[in-house]
Order: sequence, then C-alpha cells, then structure tokens
Amino acid sequence: MRIRDLRFCHGRQVVFDGVDLDIPRGAVTAVLGPSGTGKTTLLKLISGQLRPQSGRVEVDGIDVHRLGRAALYRLRMRMGMLFQSGALLTDLSVFDNVAYPLREHTRLPESMIRKLVLMKLEAVGLRGAREKMPAALSGGMERRVALARAIALDPMMILYDEPFTGQDPISLGVLVALIRQLNDASRLTSVVVSHDVAETLSIADYAYIIADGQVMESGTADRVRASRSEWVRQFLDGLPDGPVHFHAPAPALSQDFLV
Amino acid sequence: MLTPLARLGRAGFTALAHLGQAHILLLAIVRGVPDLLPRPRLLISQLYGIGVLSVLIIVVSGLFVGMVLGLQGYYVLSQFGAEESLGIMVAASLVRELGPVVTALLVAGRAGSALTAEIGLMKATEQLSALEMMAVDPIKRILTPRFFGGFLAMPLLAAMFSAVGVLGGYFIGVGLLGLDAGAYWNQMQAKIDLQEDILNGAIKSLVFGFFVTWIALFQGYSAPPTAESVSRATTRTVVHSALAVLGLDFVLTALMFGG
Repeated sequence: MRIRDLRFCHGRQVVFDGVDLDIPRGAVTAVLGPSGTGKTTLLKLISGQLRPQSGRVEVDGIDVHRLGRAALYRLRMRMGMLFQSGALLTDLSVFDNVAYPLREHTRLPESMIRKLVLMKLEAVGLRGAREKMPAALSGGMERRVALARAIALDPMMILYDEPFTGQDPISLGVLVALIRQLNDASRLTSVVVSHDVAETLSIADYAYIIADGQVMESGTADRVRASRSEWVRQFLDGLPDGPVHFHAPAPALSQDFLV
Repeated sequence: MLTPLARLGRAGFTALAHLGQAHILLLAIVRGVPDLLPRPRLLISQLYGIGVLSVLIIVVSGLFVGMVLGLQGYYVLSQFGAEESLGIMVAASLVRELGPVVTALLVAGRAGSALTAEIGLMKATEQLSALEMMAVDPIKRILTPRFFGGFLAMPLLAAMFSAVGVLGGYFIGVGLLGLDAGAYWNQMQAKIDLQEDILNGAIKSLVFGFFVTWIALFQGYSAPPTAESVSRATTRTVVHSALAVLGLDFVLTALMFGG
C-alpha cells in the first residue's frame, strides 16, 4: 500500500498535510500517535470511507479514491477492518456475526458456512462462545469475534483501529499474539493504528509515528524505538512535559488570577 | 437588524439542506428494493418489530377511543333523537380520521422513536461502518426493510384500531346505553362506503406510514454519533412525525372529502 502527499482537513482543521506512507506486503505496520492525530481517519481514508482533499492512496496498485462504489466494495471484500468498539451486529449471535460476510458475498451451502465460521472462531479461541449474543461478551471477546468476522472472507489486508484500548492484561496479550499469528499464518498485510506503544511495537515490523498532520518518525520498529527526536522520545517514553507542553496555551497565570 | 435576518437565512438554508439530504436518503432507500425482494425475511422481521409489537398499544387505544366516541356520540345524537345513528358516527369517525391519525401518532411514538434510536446507536457503535467495510450497503440492508416494514404495517394497524374502536362504541352504545344492536350495525353497513370511507382511510394511513418511517429513519441516519444527539433525534422524530401527520391529514381530508 502506498500513500502519497495525502492532505485531509476536517472543516478548518488540517488533519494530514502532505503525508507519505508505505505499507509493505506481508508485514505488520504500526501507525502510532497521540489521541486526536487522525489515526482512525487514516484508516477511513485507506478504506475509502473518507475522501482526501488531495493525494493518492493506493492499495495493491489501485487508487482507492478513483474507484466507483461497486469497485470499492469489491476491494473492501479483500480488506478486513477491526473497529475499536468491535462493531458487532448486536441483534445477531457470535456465529451469525462471523457468518454474515460469507452469507452476503458467497453462495456457499449452510453446511460449508458452518465449518468456515467454526474454523475462524477456533482461530480466535471462541468456538465455544458461538451461541452467545454480543451483549454477553467481554470487550476483549467482542474484539476477537470481530477479528474472526474480519478474516471470514480471507482478506489480503487487515486494518486494526486501536485494538488494545481498554483491555485487561490477559485480553491484551491474546490480541497482541493473535494479530501477529494471523498475519504470519494467513500471509496478511496488517496495519495497526494505536497509541499503545509497547504492545504495538512488540509485534510490528515497521512503524510510523504521526502527529500534527506529519510523519514524525518512520522505519523498522527497532529504528523507531531508538529514535533520538525529542518529540518522539517524549511520546515513546510517556513523558508528561517536553515539546508537547503539559499546560494548554493560556495567558500568564497572574493575568488570569488578577482580573 | 441584520443578525436576526442572517439567523433566519441560516435556519432556512439548514432546513433546505436537511430536506435535500432526506430526499437523497429516500432515493437510496427505494433503490434498495431489488435487493430486498430476494430477502423477504428482512421485511418480515421488520413487519414484526414495527407492526406486531405495536398491536397491544393499538388495540388498547382503539378500544378506549371507540368507547369515548360511543359516549360522546350518544350524548350529541340523543339531543336530536338520532341515537340510532351512533354506529355510523363511530365508524365514520374512526375509519376516516381517528384510525389513521391516532395510529400514526402512536406508531411514531412507539416504533418511530425506536427506529431512530436503533439506527442512531448502530451508527454510534460503528455497526453501519462495519457493514460498509464488509462491502454491504447499510441503506439497502438496514434502512430499506425498516422503511417498507413501517409503510406496510401502518394501514394494517389503522384497520385494527378502527375495528376495535367500532367494538368499543358497540360496548358503550349497545351494552351500556341500551341502543338496539341491529340499528348499530345496520346503519353502519348501509352508510359506510368502501371507496369513500375505507379506501380513503387506507390511503391516509399509507401516506402517514410513508412519512413517519421516512422521518424516523432520516433522523436516526443523520444524527451525529453521540448519546445526546441520538436522544435529540428521537425527540425530533416524534415531534416532526406528529406535525407531519396532523398537517397531512388536513391536506388529505380537504382533497378527499373537501367537496
């Protein structure tokens, strides 16, 4: 996947200002950055849910934003996306959620769909939870079911939107391992958008750090980890003050108190 | 001087923009019909959700409205010695006006608000985006069946409301006030016209069903994905639907029975 000179604005706010990214095939690429830097927006631009003001997003050599609706849908059938909330269909059971894309896009007999769904659920360790409704699942389980649904059509690429947010240590460990294993076992290309630095870098082959509409650092995970940029160090080490100030811009304290 | 004018202008433009968006959504919903035909289960489950689950409130309300009509009608008609015409009065009021109008108001309050909340929450929890990412058009799969479910359920519920109301009038007129049962039914049979009364009443409730469901779906689909916005959209559905039903009732009554 190739992104060139990407420019995207939300109203007057510039989210991306000439961003270039390369996501190599078969690797896990992490896109890191503080909250509100447009990481989820980047995934929506890659998947064609949003349109940039300028620039190109190419997936497998195809310019995503030049595609018509039918062609975009065909491309999306080769892309999976794991949403931050899981986004399971709440009126369907775990089994039916995973079966949904198969029933929509294939003419496979129900017996075959059953086998495929059980295989996908087995891959995420939730074959035993197939009868449950999404409301009965924990946050971590919900994301694993969503992951099984995302790989139901055997996509070439999976986009992960903040997969580790709000997870307990066990669920977190499971998700970290699953992302890497699925990528290697199914020869996928994975893009993991996150602000959980340690977990994401532990499984990433390549990483980008984005902030203020720009790429602040890029390269292999080790190279990014060893970055000497002051800003990158503050982000990676979680320092409370540095180039990103602790205090929001404001007039002098005396000025505010002596009014 | 200019500020109120500017505000008025802005409000006008916003209203026009919403109207335009609502029509675009309606067009997209109708374009989903060919996709709905091979999936009748989607429509049946909506007919159940909007129609069958509203039956209780419709039957209870219809019974009470019919009983009130029986009491009030008897009082007025007895002033002129025309108590025998109670049946025709109750039936005509119900079939021409109260059946379609009160049913539409009740459906807007029960099923319309539920539709808005459901669609709004599906959007807020990224379920609609997840469908998009699975290359499934959420308008065709989610909105089209709900629209036709509401559109078709409305005249059936209105017919039920009127039928139960006629029975309510009977219980009061014949059972309580001692009218002759034969006169109650005969007058009704002789004077209620299939086309003039029943068909026009059915057309009214189809029109109300169309608008109430359209408003509910548009409000849910266009609500920003926050709890507060979804709650506001739900309120707007009930208010806008009620105003639309009452306004349209006047227009339709003038066209059908105005002379």
